[in-house]
Amino acid sequence: MSEGIATKKLVTRLLLLVVVMFAFGFALVPIYDVMCKAFGINGKTSGQYQGAQQQVDEARQVKVQFMATNAADMVWEFRPVSADLVVHPGAVNEMTFIAQNPTDKPMTAQAIPSVSPSEAAAYFHKTACFCFNQQVLQPGERVEMKVRFIVDRDLPKDVYHLTLGYTLFDITARHAPVAAR
Amino acid sequence: MSAVIEPGHAGHTDHHHDHGHHGPAKGLMRWVLTTNHKDIGTMYLWFSFAMFLIGGSFAMVIRAELFQPGLQIVEPAFFNQMTTMHGLVMVFGAVMPAFVGLANWMIPLMVGAPDMALPRMNNFSFWLLPAAFGLLISTLFTAGGGPNFGWTFYAPLSTTYAPESVTFFIFAIHLMGISSIMGAINVIATILNLRAPGMTLMKMPLFVWTWLITAFLLIAVMPVLAGCVTMMLMDIHFGTSFFSAAGGGDPVLFQHVFWFFGHPEVYIMILPAFGAVSSIIPAFSRKPLFGYTSMVYATASIAFLSFIVWAHHMFVVGIPLVGELFFMYATLLIAVPTGVKVFNWVTTMWQGSLTFETPMLFAVAFVILFTIGGFSGLMLAIAPADFQYHDTYFVVAHFHYVLVPGAIFGIFASAYYWLPKWTGHMYDETLGKLHFWLSFVGMNMAFFPMHFVGLAGMPRRIPDYNLQFADFNMVSSIGAFSFGATQFLFLFIVIKCIRGGKPAPAKPWDGADGLEWTIPSPAPYHTFTTPPEVK
Repeated sequence: MSEGIATKKLVTRLLLLVVVMFAFGFALVPIYDVMCKAFGINGKTSGQYQGAQQQVDEARQVKVQFMATNAADMVWEFRPVSADLVVHPGAVNEMTFIAQNPTDKPMTAQAIPSVSPSEAAAYFHKTACFCFNQQVLQPGERVEMKVRFIVDRDLPKDVYHLTLGYTLFDITARHAPVAAR
Repeated sequence: MSAVIEPGHAGHTDHHHDHGHHGPAKGLMRWVLTTNHKDIGTMYLWFSFAMFLIGGSFAMVIRAELFQPGLQIVEPAFFNQMTTMHGLVMVFGAVMPAFVGLANWMIPLMVGAPDMALPRMNNFSFWLLPAAFGLLISTLFTAGGGPNFGWTFYAPLSTTYAPESVTFFIFAIHLMGISSIMGAINVIATILNLRAPGMTLMKMPLFVWTWLITAFLLIAVMPVLAGCVTMMLMDIHFGTSFFSAAGGGDPVLFQHVFWFFGHPEVYIMILPAFGAVSSIIPAFSRKPLFGYTSMVYATASIAFLSFIVWAHHMFVVGIPLVGELFFMYATLLIAVPTGVKVFNWVTTMWQGSLTFETPMLFAVAFVILFTIGGFSGLMLAIAPADFQYHDTYFVVAHFHYVLVPGAIFGIFASAYYWLPKWTGHMYDETLGKLHFWLSFVGMNMAFFPMHFVGLAGMPRRIPDYNLQFADFNMVSSIGAFSFGATQFLFLFIVIKCIRGGKPAPAKPWDGADGLEWTIPSPAPYHTFTTPPEVK
């Protein structure tokens, strides 16, 4: 029956479409990451900065504020040593964050950075950051963690303030401190 | 006649009776094993009505708690489960299966096909639904309670902070998704391959057209929803971090994936109603539909646009200005094809010989009230204004105006319009009109004040509220109770119509048009075993 064959062909194609769309749902994950990094959407900053800035724009000043937040259920003490820093675009700057594990167990943590306003995220480059690694702290241990960053010379002219925020997550369950050492 | 027996029919008859017999099998097994599109359509419709009552009872709990400020009746935790389950049951249990039921009943009759193209799969896609909703609703009786994160189940509420029952929820969504996808494949195969000779695409009734487009929407987005809940499942149980910032994922990604499904989903719930109303208004205006071709293209445009507007649900999550502008203008653009449709319905009525039987009353109310919902949608689409409206009762008012007098009135209109064909009896017109007017008043009373409290700042999904919102909330609750109670009248009318009443002629509406009116009422168990000739 030709009708039956036609139906079989159509159904096969439709099932293929279903599979493609299921895969597309997962493809949205990398697409989203690429878009966020390319356009600095959502305050997402990219990984380690490899480029170089030609020279320092001494004439311009940008105030960078620092925020440290603990995610829910995170008990570490976590703060920047200074609330803000006035920087020149193009210059390399450094800020130190303090973290301490007050518990009696070794713990692993991961800091996730975010830049606000989000349209400035693409112009905020980190050359070194403690957020590139996980932090393992023994009971009571305290560390100073560095972030080195450059504010791009092409930062939009109407941005005078930037906020770099870190959220610290407890990932002990995911990455046991011993294994990470 | 048995020359055209489909493979599905053969399977059906093997178990029960020999090939010479054409009526339905006897007893309960008729319904369990049936592959007949009319039986399955009927089961879908009854299932959807049962879910409508269950989802409605959840709404009654919500409105009872909101009757007065303060916490009176339920705990906030249970209130959250009620808002979540109300949304899930109404969307996936009531509205979608009702349209699939109508599609099952009417599409083969409208295109002159003997049955759906894949009758056995049809049976399976129906029977998945009771399993899915049994699973979902059973979570309410578990120790940790049912899903409490809203029907939009945003991560991390639905992952990191979810109750244990979230896994049941995920599997229930998977089952519903599989059911919908199979239903959609069946609809497309029936429409594209089983049309009677002469029934060209542009001769198909609009209900068939809107369902064809809806089916493609379903196939495109239900797998994305399945992917979304699969990612949740992996985050919860297998240590991935799709939506967990701690592991390098992003909760905002969840909203993008969800709304990529979610926005087409809202059109899935309204397009078939557009189609049904496009059959009903011409019938009671005694004029052909104005602008048939433009209706088809408008439906297709709405379906296309539905894929590029999803982030208008996310204006406040922090998307860049260019994104806000793009999604705002794309959303506003949907008003154009929707305006074309409303214009065509009004123009169809213009200078027609109008009569207002119950289906027409529901259809006219559909046009007016859906348009109000469309206008509040335009207000919400304006990104800077949405910052104020977001997550308030204004949003609740908006989507209830498009879903209750939109989708549900569309379903009521269809039910009254085709009940004589299904049962062979005329329904009680007086009671039908009473049902309409009580629903109309109750529904407006329930949802119209929500615009005001929303604009004044009352947030949604909260069991308590500021004293200033007390009066409007009491009005809303009274309206909701009366709308809810009215639906038992509908149940009574339908049962009365099934059990007896004035015998219905083959074509009970003198202005009606279409192949379904060429067969006797009630529609025989097997129809169009010899394809009709369409000129």
